[in-house]
Amino acid sequence: MHPADNPLVSHPRKQGRLAALWHKTRKAAEPLTESALALVPIVLVVAFFQLLVLQQPIPQLGKMLWGLLQVLLGLALFVRGLQMALFPIGEEMAYNFVRKGSLWWLLIFAFALGFGTTVAEPALIAISEEAARIAAAGQVIASSDEAQNSYAIGLRLTVALAVGIALVVGVFRILKGWPVQYLIIGGYLGVVIMTFFAPPEIIGIAYDSGGVTTSTVTVPLVAALGIGLAHSIHGRDPLIDGFGLIAFASLTPMIFVMAFGILY
Amino acid sequence: MDDVVGFGTTLLTMLRDVLPIAAILFGFQALVLRRKVKNPAQVAMGMVLVLLGLTLFLEGLEMALFPIGRLMAQQLTAPEFIYDTASAAAGPVYWADFLWIYAFAAAIGFATTVAEPALMAVAIKANQVSGGTITVRGLRYAVAFGVAIGVAVGSFRIVTGMPLHWFIISGYVVVIIQTVFAPRLIIPLAYDSGGVTTSTVTVPLVAALGLGLAETIPGRSAILDGFGLIAFASLFPIIAVMGYAQIGELRAKRLKRRIEKN
Repeated sequence: MHPADNPLVSHPRKQGRLAALWHKTRKAAEPLTESALALVPIVLVVAFFQLLVLQQPIPQLGKMLWGLLQVLLGLALFVRGLQMALFPIGEEMAYNFVRKGSLWWLLIFAFALGFGTTVAEPALIAISEEAARIAAAGQVIASSDEAQNSYAIGLRLTVALAVGIALVVGVFRILKGWPVQYLIIGGYLGVVIMTFFAPPEIIGIAYDSGGVTTSTVTVPLVAALGIGLAHSIHGRDPLIDGFGLIAFASLTPMIFVMAFGILY
Repeated sequence: MDDVVGFGTTLLTMLRDVLPIAAILFGFQALVLRRKVKNPAQVAMGMVLVLLGLTLFLEGLEMALFPIGRLMAQQLTAPEFIYDTASAAAGPVYWADFLWIYAFAAAIGFATTVAEPALMAVAIKANQVSGGTITVRGLRYAVAFGVAIGVAVGSFRIVTGMPLHWFIISGYVVVIIQTVFAPRLIIPLAYDSGGVTTSTVTVPLVAALGLGLAETIPGRSAILDGFGLIAFASLFPIIAVMGYAQIGELRAKRLKRRIEKN
């Protein structure tokens, strides 16, 4: 039932038709106002630094406003689609896997989701190509296109493997109900130890690779999967056990990329 | 006409990125789980909205924000702006000459994170799961505040040339100490918020800032020093979100004590 049709919830229809119409419009426009509010800081920052600090006009103001309108509309549509498709499907699949009761299929699914969504991630492709250029400049690898290509692909596969394994470990943790902090702090120790053995050129890229792996489509799916699992398993709390998958996915790539730097 | 062509190509790239994900989802649903998707029409419509929304979002950013953001990062890191004259860059680098850059780093880090769609998704989910205790806006602002501090500290590191890993390892120590004291319910969400901050909006601008800085400052290489800002942007939100929860808990305790006194 739509909240506005619920007789138990007070709504402003009593105040007259105009107020009811206003209420409905406001409800329908909520994603739009929320998106507009999200964009206010960007507009202020750009205006402040461009006009007052750099003291320069804003180039192509009309084009910029048109672009901002697209950003606003896009964000609102994305949030709506999220609630219609990505959230329900992630939770539904978690529920179905628990009902099926096959641990192995669930873990295989977790790996496929992590590996499959990461290997084609544009931000990762960009950063691994950059890393290959750096490695060639530092004479770690030959500067031929072929050597750079194979280095970039190796790096991409390494990160995708890391994210796949992260989701397997993360899903297993939800099933077992282990506290997330022990595993994460263990992961931090891994990062620190690897830092001392990894070649210095790879450290910056390794640390950054943790942040870029989780894309805008993957994050809602993975969050819904974790929360769905925590909901379907008796004794798990969705807040304590459901979150944490994304944290694993941004930690393991650091360790794996440094290992790649040592071994390559 | 350019708009239409740009929109078409972006839509195709988005489609290419989303197709493998959809294949995995529906492949497992059909072959392993052998179940029909509930409300297939709604899910299909939602997928279309996600695709269209992200395409519009990226196209708009490419039109409105990225060019001017990159230009501003370039101008602010140009020696002419920092030293008033182009020649003064020969002397030793003094970190306080770069105050505008730290301010810009913090401001752009905050602003881009607030608009980050992935963070919006996690905040909506956290709000639903917590029964409204965690507000969508509160979490997003806490995370954005963390990114702001992170990117500013990261810029300071590039200017001074201190090693990246000492900062990150110190950050880990802070996170571990906070984990001991923070409310148990917030810990997994705080850890997650580190990973979601840096994607579509933040990465291109923050990377431009880092590379611009590393190129301007004598003795820094884009290779060794240009990277690392994203690492800061994904570490500090963890600290900020746990800190936000700790402050909330502290205030609740103080209020309780005051009520008991009266």
